[in-house]
Amino acid sequence: MAGIGNADVEETLKRIEAHKSVIGTIVVNADGIPIRTTLDNSTAIQYAGLFRQLTVMARSTVRDIDPQNDLLVLRVRSKKHEILVAPENDFLLIVIQNLCE
Amino acid sequence: MPPKKPKSAASRAGKKGKAKATPAPAEDPGHPDDIFPLVLTSATQELFGCRADDDVTEESPHKLLRKDDIVQDLKMRAAVSDFSPVKQIVLEYPDAELLLVFDRDFVYGQSFYLALTPEAKERILNSPEPETPEVFEDEVVKSPEPKPWISLGSEQEIVEEYVSEKRRYKILKVNRQFGLPINFSDRNAADAKDGNLGWAPYEDSRSSIRLTQRDCGTQAVSTLQSSSTQTRCNSTNAISTQCTPREFSCEEKESILQSESVKNMCISVMPIMLQALQQEEIMNVFLDDWTALGSAAEDWSGKVTEGLMLYQSFTDQNYSKDKKISSVHWHPNLYGVIAVALTEKKEERLNESATLVLKASLILFYNFSDPSNPQLLLESPADICAFEFCPSDPNIIVGGCTNGQVVLWDISAHVSHLQETQPGKTIPVVADPFELDDDKENQTPVVRFCAVSALESSHKAPITDVQWLPPTFEVTRTGVPVENKYNISTQIVTCSPDCAVMFWDVRASRVSQSASDRKQNVDQKAPYSVPDTFQHLDRTWKPLFKVSLPKIDLSGEYAPLKFSLEHYTCTANKAATGSDDSPEVIPDYSRLTVPSEETHSALEQVNTKLFIGTEVGEIIYTDWKLVKDDSERLHSAKPLHCFSIHHWQVNTVQRSPFFNDIILTIGSWNFAIWKEGVMDGPIILSPNSEQACTAGCWSPSRPAVVFIGKEDGSVDVWNLLEKNWEPAQVNAHVTNAKITAIGPWIASPKQHFLAVTDDLGILRVFEIPKLLYVPSKNEGSNLRKYFEGEEQRLKDLLRCEELWAKEKEEAEELSKRMKSVQPVKSPVEDEDEEEYKSYLVLEESILKGLGLWPKTRDA
Repeated sequence: MAGIGNADVEETLKRIEAHKSVIGTIVVNADGIPIRTTLDNSTAIQYAGLFRQLTVMARSTVRDIDPQNDLLVLRVRSKKHEILVAPENDFLLIVIQNLCE
Repeated sequence: MPPKKPKSAASRAGKKGKAKATPAPAEDPGHPDDIFPLVLTSATQELFGCRADDDVTEESPHKLLRKDDIVQDLKMRAAVSDFSPVKQIVLEYPDAELLLVFDRDFVYGQSFYLALTPEAKERILNSPEPETPEVFEDEVVKSPEPKPWISLGSEQEIVEEYVSEKRRYKILKVNRQFGLPINFSDRNAADAKDGNLGWAPYEDSRSSIRLTQRDCGTQAVSTLQSSSTQTRCNSTNAISTQCTPREFSCEEKESILQSESVKNMCISVMPIMLQALQQEEIMNVFLDDWTALGSAAEDWSGKVTEGLMLYQSFTDQNYSKDKKISSVHWHPNLYGVIAVALTEKKEERLNESATLVLKASLILFYNFSDPSNPQLLLESPADICAFEFCPSDPNIIVGGCTNGQVVLWDISAHVSHLQETQPGKTIPVVADPFELDDDKENQTPVVRFCAVSALESSHKAPITDVQWLPPTFEVTRTGVPVENKYNISTQIVTCSPDCAVMFWDVRASRVSQSASDRKQNVDQKAPYSVPDTFQHLDRTWKPLFKVSLPKIDLSGEYAPLKFSLEHYTCTANKAATGSDDSPEVIPDYSRLTVPSEETHSALEQVNTKLFIGTEVGEIIYTDWKLVKDDSERLHSAKPLHCFSIHHWQVNTVQRSPFFNDIILTIGSWNFAIWKEGVMDGPIILSPNSEQACTAGCWSPSRPAVVFIGKEDGSVDVWNLLEKNWEPAQVNAHVTNAKITAIGPWIASPKQHFLAVTDDLGILRVFEIPKLLYVPSKNEGSNLRKYFEGEEQRLKDLLRCEELWAKEKEEAEELSKRMKSVQPVKSPVEDEDEEEYKSYLVLEESILKGLGLWPKTRDA
């Protein structure tokens, strides 16, 4: 069971990472500590910490406006790339993608 | 002292001796009984030697007279003698001597008195003793003996002292009136004088004095008082905190990843994420189409000018007749100033000295304001083939001559003249005897060269390319790049078909400075008003080092015509040195010296490789650093690569202003684009054109545009992104003769110029239309992608070629092996043999029929 679960996680993440424009992915736990990442450790820690805070704030904003609503995906588009953050079950999945030309 | 009694007598006698103070009544007899007052006449006095005040004085009143003398006197003068009254006494006198005392004050009535008895004599003689106690005290030591009291008249004194009623009384009040009762009565105080004593009040003058000044003390008290106390700070504030992020160890991560929740999360999140990624990859939803549309260069006035428009053409009748322009450069700072180098058309080397005397070799400076007169002339010993402005100081110009020498000019004195844009202004010119023109009114100033390199160490062939090293680095004697401390360009690279690339330094080397100084002082000073910026170099200038270009696989050397080196830009260096001082502080080139080599730190990142185009159309990629060979001598390494792409002279090797590793080389009939690092060949090779390409350059504003000048005088504009098999635009017959040089310039964001020079000595300046200088959208990145694609294609092509070559080899080998195994010819070959034989027979028969068969060929 555990092995299968792990394989699922891996497989899922591999599918995401296989996209050509994806630079990296990070899986973050509830405390903002990266669990699994394809980037280097320091970058992952930085992203994890910062986006944890941002996601909590975004989620609370959405729920304040409408308590029955919930945040699905937070997309931060910058000049160089686009960062997608998906919160779920106290975990975060952060994906950094290059902009298309 | 005599006792009481005698004392009183003595005192009385003494009193008598002295002057009596109390005016005692003269009723007393005065003298005692035993003393007899005498009157002595002066004769008697003289006789007895007791003259008054002479022999006897007040002090010594005593005189002892002899009895006998007195008796005799009595006998002689009987009744007349003064002693007659005391005659009887004298006769009866027991003693022999009698005492005579001078009574000056007439105490006893007479001036003298005689002591009648010896006791009196003794008494009188002894009496003055206590009167003069001072004299006689010392002598009187013995205790006094009581002596019987001798009355000396003290009783009378006592009597005198008795208080007796001698007064007369006056009766004031009768006795019966004593003791009566008193009756007081009043009396007015004012009646009697002095009855009362009053003190009337009066105004004290002191109280009317007005105090105008009074001393009083004050004390200053500050209105504001600051005081401080110190409290004990109990709250602790953290000044700084340092935190490290929490991390999981690998095992923990593994364990977490195993958990169910992560799996669920991933599964649920995945579709959304994939969708988002896909959206992004499809298109950019945030693209503003309207603004993207507007970036294309369009002239809203309606008409779109596509071709190069002639702005101005410059020519000068005096100087540029029968000459061609070999090189053109824009002045880096001044607007509208172009410099062209004139060379003789015929490149004969035979009659150099004879023919070149007449016409001076010049670089002309043109200004937009005056198209037919040059503003400045730079004079050089020989024709200039290439020149360049110094990037750090545009007043310094270096040029390469046809005789191989390198020449330096300094035009700082004339810069202000160049900046004037008013045409026709009479120029106050420095009297220049070398000037050929007789016309003194509109003379253009001629600047003679400051320094020229030593003839023996220069190139042996015309210098075809001259470039300044960028101010970011400099080069040592062995070619090692080191950092440039002052950030100014001081070194020059030249190349010439004598198979050498030389590096020069304009600074004075410390070794030869003294020698050259002395030499300069001995020789004549520069005769004209030439700035002595490079005095230290004149005629003794030697290159730093020389790079030779030995051929890779053959012996011999390459003959370079043009070269290109990578400009090293180091931002860290600039930050370290602080202010960029190129516009404000122009360094004084005359004072620079080559620093010692140890003080510099070598820069590793500098690309020391050169792209060189040769005379025969080869492109060489070589390193300029000198290496040591086995015999420890420095020499140039063999070039790394060599490609024969162009068939004839390479006339341009230029790096793209946008990409550091893209080089354009223009040769005889085509041009090629190279990428540094791709050593297999050019990534783009243009098709051959009908006309020879004679000049070309990158566009300074559009990364994909290349201007090529042709032999027939047309300028081709190639847009690499548009089409790379033919030029995007052909401006036919821009000039009448072969184009010799092209130089672009961005004068202002709206004005882009292209200077085109030709064989007839005419310089034309064209304005580049907006279409050609505004880059298209993402042109840079598109171009880069295109180059990458081309590179890939090239690599693929080469790989394919290799593959084919290998296959071919294998096939041959196979066939050879097969041949060696089977010596029998294969049927295919048999057939060929048969055919050949039949052909021979046919030939023979035909020729025989024609009668041409040569008789000797029989058999």
